[in-house]
Amino acid sequence: MNNNNSITTINQEKIKNNLSYRAAFMLILKRDITIAFRHRDDIINPLLFFVIVVTLFPLGIGPESSTLSRIAPGIIWVAALLSTLLSLDRLFKSDHDDGSLEQMLLSPHPVFILVLAKIVAHWLLTGLPLIFIAPLLAVLLHLNENSYGALMLTLLLGTPILSLIGAIGVALTVGIKKGGVLLSLLVLPLYIPVLIFATSAIDTAAMNLPFSGQLAIIAALFFGSLTLAPFAVSAALKVSTN
Amino acid sequence: MWKWLHPYAKPEITYHFTGKILPWFSYLATILLSIGIVWALLFAPADYQQGDSFRIFYLHVPAASLSMGIYVGMATAALCSLVWQLKLADASAAAMAPVGATFTLIALITGAAWGKPMWGTWWIWDARLTSELILLFLYLGVIALHNAFEDKTLAGKAAAILTLVGVINIPIIKYSVEWWNTLHQGATVSKLGKPSMTMDMFWPFVFCFLGFALLVATIICIRFRTEILARNSMRPWVRELVEKVEG
Repeated sequence: MNNNNSITTINQEKIKNNLSYRAAFMLILKRDITIAFRHRDDIINPLLFFVIVVTLFPLGIGPESSTLSRIAPGIIWVAALLSTLLSLDRLFKSDHDDGSLEQMLLSPHPVFILVLAKIVAHWLLTGLPLIFIAPLLAVLLHLNENSYGALMLTLLLGTPILSLIGAIGVALTVGIKKGGVLLSLLVLPLYIPVLIFATSAIDTAAMNLPFSGQLAIIAALFFGSLTLAPFAVSAALKVSTN
Repeated sequence: MWKWLHPYAKPEITYHFTGKILPWFSYLATILLSIGIVWALLFAPADYQQGDSFRIFYLHVPAASLSMGIYVGMATAALCSLVWQLKLADASAAAMAPVGATFTLIALITGAAWGKPMWGTWWIWDARLTSELILLFLYLGVIALHNAFEDKTLAGKAAAILTLVGVINIPIIKYSVEWWNTLHQGATVSKLGKPSMTMDMFWPFVFCFLGFALLVATIICIRFRTEILARNSMRPWVRELVEKVEG
């Protein structure tokens, strides 16, 4: 907690000295990553959850490799959605509890930049490790050899969307006690398009067909949410912090 | 126009105004629905392929298009409440959400009942069905968010943001049958001027659709009025109303 506060005060002092947008962005990014590295559980637990959820499916469905390779894309993507959902809470919760979120909203910098920095930090801490682990799990699930490229590409383009859209949900529910279940109710329907196009791209790749169409749609979703989601998040944060 | 509109930002005036238009909505809805449903179910000709089971069309299509229409209305109200901070817009969005959810559910259930004899299955993961299901989830999310906050103004703002984020789904539902080659049949009614059905099938549909639209207007009107009363329960004009009713 102490570290946390001191970082916030440094933050405020620097902001007084008229930071450029880029410096403000980097400052928040570094701050979030530093805090996360001091609570390593927060990074590791969603990953463990991801791995365990994926391991449950072969145990529940049975070990035939043909069935598993058929459903592997879906399992990996659904597990990715759920583990992102689990880690979303950290995005604004602790900052909201200790008041530093309000300080950030009061700072002279556009909330867009600050929010974007926090989301990028969240993706670096949860989305990126997930991409590194996914191929290993794909091996366990006998994913078709042609699909690995598609799996990595869809995860690379898709997990940032999960962080961006998820941030809207967290921002809306951060002021509510026990907002966890509500968060999943709000966010999961919005994740469905990503899931559909990502798994469809992986399936198409398994049949050795071009999957650039699906990839283009995911990229469009990514850039759309990258430009629009931070606005929605900042509006929602202003409502939540009242 | 603003001069003409601005008195309605006051809850009391809007309450009385909606009280005046409510009977029109309800009577017209009753008349149109009774004509439309009797005509559609008893007198309209049977479909040459689908036989009599196509008649569920007269419930399914109005419910489905109204489920989207209500969402657009709710999103418009949400935008007004965020941009112009109109409290009544919040109230109307809160009034619309459960009605929209119900109509989405009706569209899904009648669709399943229609799909069983026609496609041989209750449910299929086709683009339009899935996007309509997402619409239901969005409605439920908005309702849940409305209920999660103690403070009604906060709840309204939060739900408004969520509603606007969800608007992206509406064009997806609308054009899903054109963009994807799906099992769900293409548009039959909305082709302007030239519906791809015969006129003696089309006219009962017009009655049914307008009837259901007015039914929705009636229900929303009633819910809107209760919502206004609930939010202004401490105001003198509401107390006067209560005293008048009680005795």
